[in-house]
Amino acid sequence: MTDTPMAEHDTHDESSHPGVGTYLTVAGVLTIITLVEVGVFYVPAFAGVLAPILLSLSGIKFALVVMFYMHLKTDHRLFTAIFTIPLMIAVGVGIALLFLFGVIAIGGGS
Amino acid sequence: MSHAAAHYTSTGLDSRKIAFWTFIGSECLLFGALISTYLVYQGRSLSGPTTHEILNIPLTSVSTFVLLMSSLAMVLALAAVTRGDTLWSRVWILSTAGLGLVFLSFQVYEFTTFVHEGLTLQVNLFGSTFFVLTGTHGAHVAVGVLWLLTLFVMSLRGKLGPEKALTVEIAGLYWHFVDVVWIVIFTVVYLLQ
Repeated sequence: MTDTPMAEHDTHDESSHPGVGTYLTVAGVLTIITLVEVGVFYVPAFAGVLAPILLSLSGIKFALVVMFYMHLKTDHRLFTAIFTIPLMIAVGVGIALLFLFGVIAIGGGS
Repeated sequence: MSHAAAHYTSTGLDSRKIAFWTFIGSECLLFGALISTYLVYQGRSLSGPTTHEILNIPLTSVSTFVLLMSSLAMVLALAAVTRGDTLWSRVWILSTAGLGLVFLSFQVYEFTTFVHEGLTLQVNLFGSTFFVLTGTHGAHVAVGVLWLLTLFVMSLRGKLGPEKALTVEIAGLYWHFVDVVWIVIFTVVYLLQ
């Protein structure tokens, strides 16, 4: 087997990665969102809409880490597909199970 | 092909990175199953302590913050390795492992407290699903800490230069995945009671 020029060392395309400033900004946003999550949890006025608020905030945190810290925002789209497809299957199966076991019901609450 | 050579596929992408993303995809299915199981059995315990009585939100909020900051330390470690900054790469790798150990300490404290309060793996459905889910996550954190300490030793031996940035990036992918799983667990298990 012959070596290709690309294969002479453990190459790593860091040029597409965000800078330290972006990493610090994302960390700040993650911290703020976590504080908001805990704050919302303790405020009785949000009790009725707690689930959608917390799930939305959690989704934003999830997306920030995956996009910026795991570099999916700038990396090759194949990596996004390899990650997203099983993730969607897992979420779909989870939601199906919640319906199947009556945890959530169509046209009504739990 | 030399031992340290990258393994490119027909896509032009490194095979190790493709393989690791595939592994992370499979881990999504594992944790998806565990989280779904927890939710399906939530509120169906007939005896023993339940979520309202036992979960300590302030404590877990702090441990969540610690894990989030460990992800920041991990990306800073990758940036340092990429630019060939040996000192700071060691500092950030060790910081990430240290924060991971702090998170694990919180979890050990939480588990110990719960057992003393009567919640065990066998006592009710909440105990079974809670300990299996958070315990599996904790085991992943422990593996991540060991992996990071291995990288630290490699760095001490002078084997973690910029040419090994992909090795650090893959370890980072694992660590960040463990972090995003906890983001979901913190919301679903602790906040959405």
